[in-house]
Parts: sequence; C-alpha cells; structure tokens
Amino acid sequence: MPHLADHWLNIAYLIAASLFVFGIKGLTKPRTAVRGNQLAALGMLIACVVTVFHRDIFGYEFIVAGVILGTVIGAVMAIRVQMTSMPQMIALLNGFGGGASFAVATAGYIAGDLVGAVAIISTGAAVLIGAVTTTGSIVAFAKLQELISGKSIGFAGMKFVNALLLLGSLVAIGYLVIEPGNEMVFWALVAAASLLGLMLVLPIGGADMPVVIALLNSYSGVAASAAGFVTGNSALIITGSLVGASGLILTQIMCKAMNRSLTNVLFGVMAEGGVSMSDDEVYQGKVKSSSADEVAMILETAQRVVIVPGFGMAMAQAQHAVRELADTLEKRGTVVEYAIHPVAGRMPGHMNVLLAEAEVSYEKLKDMDTINPTFEQTDVAIVIGANDVTNPMAREDKGSPIYGMPILNVDKARTVVVVKRSLSSGFAGLPNPLFAKDNTLMLFGDGKQAIIDISTALKDA
Amino acid sequence: MDFIAMLTLFVLAIFLGVELITKVPPTLHTPLMSGSNAISGITLVGALIAAGHGESVLVQVFGFIAVVLATINVVGGFMVTNRMLAMFKRK
Repeated sequence: MPHLADHWLNIAYLIAASLFVFGIKGLTKPRTAVRGNQLAALGMLIACVVTVFHRDIFGYEFIVAGVILGTVIGAVMAIRVQMTSMPQMIALLNGFGGGASFAVATAGYIAGDLVGAVAIISTGAAVLIGAVTTTGSIVAFAKLQELISGKSIGFAGMKFVNALLLLGSLVAIGYLVIEPGNEMVFWALVAAASLLGLMLVLPIGGADMPVVIALLNSYSGVAASAAGFVTGNSALIITGSLVGASGLILTQIMCKAMNRSLTNVLFGVMAEGGVSMSDDEVYQGKVKSSSADEVAMILETAQRVVIVPGFGMAMAQAQHAVRELADTLEKRGTVVEYAIHPVAGRMPGHMNVLLAEAEVSYEKLKDMDTINPTFEQTDVAIVIGANDVTNPMAREDKGSPIYGMPILNVDKARTVVVVKRSLSSGFAGLPNPLFAKDNTLMLFGDGKQAIIDISTALKDA
Repeated sequence: MDFIAMLTLFVLAIFLGVELITKVPPTLHTPLMSGSNAISGITLVGALIAAGHGESVLVQVFGFIAVVLATINVVGGFMVTNRMLAMFKRK
C-alpha cells in the first residue's frame, strides 16, 4: 500500500480532534447530542483510516482480524446491554480503554524503539495508568454485576501495601530510564500496577461506585494521553486529556453531591459519626404502613406530584410503570415532575437514562437545586427505591455520618409516599427518620407492582 | 514532536476539556461518559501501528490485543451512546 507523508497524517489527526471537540460541544444540549456523537464517530473514522497508510505499517493480517473481532464484540455489547446495566457496561469500556493503552505502550517497549528519558517515562506512565485502569475496572464491573460483594473488602495495612506498590512502580520506571533493556524490571512494573488497580477498588463500597466509575473514566483518558507521548501522536494527547478532564469533573460533581472528599472515597472510609440512633429508636411505633388504594385516594386530589427515583427503581425495572402512573396523573390534570439527585443510581445521570428509556421527557427531570425549593408546594412526593439521598439526618443531625450531604427535601412535601421493600437501610447503613415522619406513608412491596397497583386504583376511582 | 510541544498540547487540551464538559447538563452525564469513553478509544491509532509492525511477532500480538480492545471501546462506545441519545431525542 502507498504511504502517506507524516504531515498529511497530522492534518487528518487535527481534523479528527476538532470533530471530537464539536462532538462534546453537541452533548451540551439533548437536541444536538445525537449529532455531536455522530461527528465524534466521524472523527474517529478519519483518524483510523489515515493511520492505515502510516509508513510504519507493513502487515495487515493482525489489523484486519483485530478490527473485525473488536467490532463484533463492541456491537453486540452495545445492542444487548440493558439500560439498568449501563454502569457495568461503562466500567468494562473504561477497562478496555485502559487495557488498549497498556498494550500499545508494551508493544512499543518490546519493539525497542524507545529512545530517551521522555519516551521511557511516558511508556512507564501509560503502562502504570493503563494497568491500574484495567484491573480496577474489572473489580468495579464485578462489584456492580454482583459477582463479588459490593461491600468494602480490605485488610489492615492495605494503604501501606498500596503505597509500596505505587512507590515500587515509580522506582521501576526510574530504573528503566537508566537501563531500558532490563525486561525483568518492566514486567515487575506491569505486575505491581495490575495488583495496585485491584487493591485500589476492592475497598470501595457500593455507594461510592459513581465516583469510582467517573475516576476510572478519567484514568482511561490519561492513559491514552500517555500513549500519545510515547508515539508523539497529537491526536492521542489532545483526546486523552479531553477525556481525562471530563472524568475528573464528573468525579468532583459526584464527591460534592455526597459531601465526601476524593481521598475519603478512595480509601473507603466514611466520616466518623457520633452516637447514631438505632433503627428501633427511629421507627418504633411511628411508621405508618399504607395501601395502594389509600395512596390513590390522596393522589386523586393532588395538584402537584414529584417522583423521586433511586437505584431501587432500576433494580425493580419499574421505570415504565412509573411513566404510566405519571401519564394517568397528567390526564387528570396533575402536574408531575421528577427529582433527580446527582448520585441517585450507580453512575452520573443513571436515572435520567432509565427514565428516558421509559419515554419520560427530559424537561420533566429536575436536578436537586431546581426541585428543592418546590417541595413545599408539592402535594405528594413519591419516593421509589431512594433512601440515603432523602435522609433528613443529613440536614439536621450534626452527629450523623452523612451530615452535610446535600439531600432532596422530600419531607417538606404535604404527603410523602415511600415505596420500598422493607425498612432496611441504604448504602450508608443508617435509619431514615423520613420513614417515621407524620406526613409519610410507607407502601411496602415490590416497586414495580406497587406502582402498577396505584395506577390501577387511580384509574378505577 | 519535542516534549515541550506535547506538554503544551496536553495542558491546553485539559483547559479546553474543563470548559466544554462543565457545560454538559446532568441529564446527559451517562451518555457523556460512554461518549468520552468511545473517544478515548483513539488509542486505536497507536494500536494499528503496533499491530502492523513488520519485524517482531510479539509486538504484533500486543498490537492485536490493543486493536481488539480499542475497537470494542470505539464501536461499543459510540453505538451505545447513540442508543441512549436517541431515547432523549424522541420527545
């Protein structure tokens, strides 16, 4: 095949990078988002097609086989994945991205075309970050898919071991600068980094998964950037840092929404609370259990209803039933809106995607700051599968471990209906005084069935 | 490309990224993650070069692994993002 001169390649990469920027810009509005995604995909196509004519490519067997295999796997995953499983899918994709950067850097090292300290250090960084992203993402996937326990897994002194692994990796990179040919040191680096990825994510609990996925997203970008430093490729450097910045911003948003610092999340520690109330003290004799008929009766006269979804809605696959209840209410003239907490679900924006799947218009999905002042004018707030993000202790109880976390003020609504299986606690492991409030009705049962029952009762009324 | 030129690109692109991403509304955060994930599959460019390496089979093998993983990232990422965004567009 004919080869393209480097300057033509670089111009094509510039066009691709520009298309990525336009693509992300498109994602700032739901209306332009589809177009944005297509522009980014076009950029990727251009970047890949011109690369095939790179002067360093001699054989095409591995390329063709790899692209075909990857396309089939990627397409099947994208078509078959359920919206509820999107966090797992993203976790896997993060891992593949990190793995690809790791493999590129390793191939570069074995080829022996690394000259100078910059190339060696970039390779080391790509291997380190790439391997951490890969094994870390696999653990995140296993936790989300419930292949392993979602609880924090660890042992005393884990932080110390992790610090040693990181230090060891950095020393190995430093040593490779002095003696690049030492393959033992290189593979030791690979082993240490892979182990570090496992050990970093294992102690992180299920509630903190949104932060971890966002952070691994950021890592996969930084790894791509590092691979770009190895090969001197501008497309990789620019794109990798765009993605790195994106993941980092989402990580910050998630941390802020949970009132936790990134260090706390990473080391798997919750804030030390004072003496916390036991379940009995909070709930004893104060919880009112209700029925679908009773809830329907209250809804009949409601002017304004706010639905508060949480991960439980995803678990019960209740999003379609929720949409139908909203439709029934709207036909009766009731205003229905949805209150979305930034960490509801298991990844940023998870609830929005589920509700969009159920054909709920995105204009009705309100974020926390917009919806909170309106709860006082709300007749009924229906909480389905959400717990910690509605816990008034975060606002009122200074001794509580979640004190200071921004919450949805559902307790300010005239009536609160909580659809839940039992009084069991959420990820934070705390009782929720909301369930015992005078204006709260508990509707125990499967989320989907409970919502369907309310809809039926409301239609009959 | 010399190191300083690459570092300049890296730092400027981070500033650009921060400016762009802060404007993405929370409702689109999941598609943003899968979409940016697809874009980070740009490593495919480096993977193609490694897989086409003429001399060493071991290099080609790592290149092949990289091509497969990066292609899954690109194809899976863009397709699933498209699927989600189509749901947002419907109404």
